[in-house]
Amino acid sequence: MIETIESALSFLPLGLVALIIIVGKILVLVLPLMGAVAYLTLAERKVIGYMQVRIGPNRVGPFGLLQPIADAVKLMFKETIFPANANKFLFISAPVLTLAPSLAAWAVVPFDDVLVISNIDATLLYILAMTSLGVYGIIIAGWASNSKYAFLGALRSAAQIVSYEIAMGFALVGVLLAASSLNLGEIVDAQRGDYGVVNWFLIPLFPLFMVYFISGVAETNRAPFDVAEGESEIVGGFHVEYSSMTFSVFFLAEYANMILIALLTSIMFLGGWLSPLNGILPASFLQGEGMLAMLLGDGIHWLLAKTSFFLFLFLWFRATFPRYRYDQIMRLGWKVFIPITIVWLLVVAACVVGKVGPWW
Amino acid sequence: MSMVTNYFKSLILAELFRGLWLTGKYFFRKKITVQYPEEKTPMSPRFRGLHALRRYPNGEERCIACKLCEAVCPALAITIDLEERDDGTRRTTRYDIDLTKCIFCGYCEESCPVDAIVETRHFEYHGEEKGDLYMTKEKLMAVGDKMEKEIAADRASDAKYR
Repeated sequence: MIETIESALSFLPLGLVALIIIVGKILVLVLPLMGAVAYLTLAERKVIGYMQVRIGPNRVGPFGLLQPIADAVKLMFKETIFPANANKFLFISAPVLTLAPSLAAWAVVPFDDVLVISNIDATLLYILAMTSLGVYGIIIAGWASNSKYAFLGALRSAAQIVSYEIAMGFALVGVLLAASSLNLGEIVDAQRGDYGVVNWFLIPLFPLFMVYFISGVAETNRAPFDVAEGESEIVGGFHVEYSSMTFSVFFLAEYANMILIALLTSIMFLGGWLSPLNGILPASFLQGEGMLAMLLGDGIHWLLAKTSFFLFLFLWFRATFPRYRYDQIMRLGWKVFIPITIVWLLVVAACVVGKVGPWW
Repeated sequence: MSMVTNYFKSLILAELFRGLWLTGKYFFRKKITVQYPEEKTPMSPRFRGLHALRRYPNGEERCIACKLCEAVCPALAITIDLEERDDGTRRTTRYDIDLTKCIFCGYCEESCPVDAIVETRHFEYHGEEKGDLYMTKEKLMAVGDKMEKEIAADRASDAKYR
């Protein structure tokens, strides 16, 4: 498809064609992502409502399906208020600094063998760097607001993300060891095998999977690790002074990060776009041109299904767990997760050297 | 020893999974939400909503301007002026209730010796301008005339408890 566009635009200079194609790819990724973010907010309100024996929003459009659009329109028409003595430049750049890295991380995420904007080798490192950059936006927001609650929220968030970054990084080292590659596409390929689900890294790396996902919840400041917001303690934390679009940009970033973490978890531990039916059904069902083979075989729909499952878990956690106390968060990060990951790294390394099981 | 077992118990996240199981069950429960404008919850005949002034069946207004309600009103929301009519009866010339002050305690209704001032079941009203919620005698009489059937039925159903 890209070749046909290239040939159709061949009358333009070469650099311009490349630019158009890159911008096109970005739009193709970001627009559905923004849609997913919008509808994730609706899904969150619906799921939490259902778990509290309520219905959730159902007035705007059928089943409340237009609610995110109504919310977006409402936020756009509101006034952006700047607190007195706030540093205006930093105040505005903070939400941008939060959103930009969380979108930039998507540049290297593969959806398929070929569907990826930029197939670089150090994908994992790049993503780790980008997801950690987001905390700068939060710290700057807390500083620029000139408010003690915002400042407390920023401090909490900084300390929390620094602690969980380590556990998360170690969990990724386990994946790196197991797949012997930093490229997400090759990580998925390493989970391909004759036994289907058993070949996925979920089983050999199970503790790392738990640590990674829980750290992911903490990284995205979601309940039960949402001390940076902590609406019952510090009335919203870092975004207490934000209104209108500046406020909603923080939430775009938070939900984009949620989707990213869910997607990465499915890629690294649940075999990404690999079909779970591999090894159960004979290969003739899974390969070929037919509709059924497309549906049952490997494909982007499996990745999206796995991602949706993890996103549902995010919402389920929020509906279930009370917020951690701050010292408990620190204890969990430093005294539980880091030792577990280090021990399991040794186990994984030994297994890789000893070529254990169907995985190596 | 118990410390060690507790450590491993916490590692398998048993309590967290139990919590998830509970909320997971509630996810499929029947929802109890009342879709308000279309569905309504049952309402007591003693409901204390918008005020009304009643009339006797012959059309004469009940209120005799005894000012008991004005005296008992804890929010000082009621203002009454009175006159003596040509036939020697006492009647109000002014009977105002400021709904923005009213706390809907129902003392006015309880204190009334002739059941003139009552609180109806009607609570879905609004004012669009300043002063719309300042109920004058005319407005209160109009409410009473409009809702007399329901008011009378509610009083009758509650009569044996009064």
